[in-house]
Amino acid sequence: MIIIITSLVITMLAGAIAACALRDLLSAAIASCLVSLAAAILFYFLQAPDVAMAEASIGAALVTAILVIAIRRTERQE
Amino acid sequence: MRKIFSLIILIILALGVYICISEIPFGKPGTAVGNYYIEKGIEETGAVNIVTSIVLNYRGFDTLGEVTILFLASLGLGAILATVQNKTRGVITPPSLILTTACRFLFPFILMFGAYIFLHGHLTPGGGFQGGAIIASGFLLRYLGCPQKRIRQSSFVAIESLGGIAFIIIGLLGFTAGGFFLFNFLPKGVANTLLSAGIIPLIYIAIGLKVGAEMAGIIDTLIEES
Repeated sequence: MIIIITSLVITMLAGAIAACALRDLLSAAIASCLVSLAAAILFYFLQAPDVAMAEASIGAALVTAILVIAIRRTERQE
Repeated sequence: MRKIFSLIILIILALGVYICISEIPFGKPGTAVGNYYIEKGIEETGAVNIVTSIVLNYRGFDTLGEVTILFLASLGLGAILATVQNKTRGVITPPSLILTTACRFLFPFILMFGAYIFLHGHLTPGGGFQGGAIIASGFLLRYLGCPQKRIRQSSFVAIESLGGIAFIIIGLLGFTAGGFFLFNFLPKGVANTLLSAGIIPLIYIAIGLKVGAEMAGIIDTLIEES
């Protein structure tokens, strides 16, 4: 259990750092999607399935889609 | 100079956050209200999912506020993007056969799954917001897979308004029946069955339709303008 939670937290941290550091904005959007996905799984393991569903559907799917549409309208490189 | 200044501010911020967090007793029950919800929640509201009983019954007015915030966000986005002049629908590459076929088959099932989530909000994890978001992701798949089939924006607006009005009308009916807003005036029924928990399923249907239409409308606005 503690191994799962630790690896999920490390994934979230790596995704967050990548989202800040990457120059390619599309990759940064995907990295922030990874943060939301790992957070959703983490919420599930912490026995909060309601929050996990909201995080997975809004954070991982819809926000990423809106970011990708916004990137398509503007520039891809920072 | 500037770097040193920002470093000092960062240290002050970190100290402030540390002092705030170190006061919180993690892992210990801070108040008695949580235990009250766990012990009396099912009996008082009829909803087996305690999260739902808190969100829609004990804290129902906060949920109305959340729904209003989402409505204002969607309204603001529409107002900003309505001023954009060049409305060219830019689907650059047509979707592949696999995506189109998958969209055609999966779209009704995604809608059904979203409806299931918000209809069973008082029994299983999930609720209006989650179900609405799943419905909106179904519409997103449809916009990606079948971009030539458009859904009129006015139908989204109509469903959204109907959902919001239904929420407020249910709340006002509770006001006339029981004396305060969002009073649970319907019979609570047998716990753990679909037709139980009084007004909670009705409000979740309203919220689910409203959130789904709102988020699908946001995606529709963004894709149309791009």
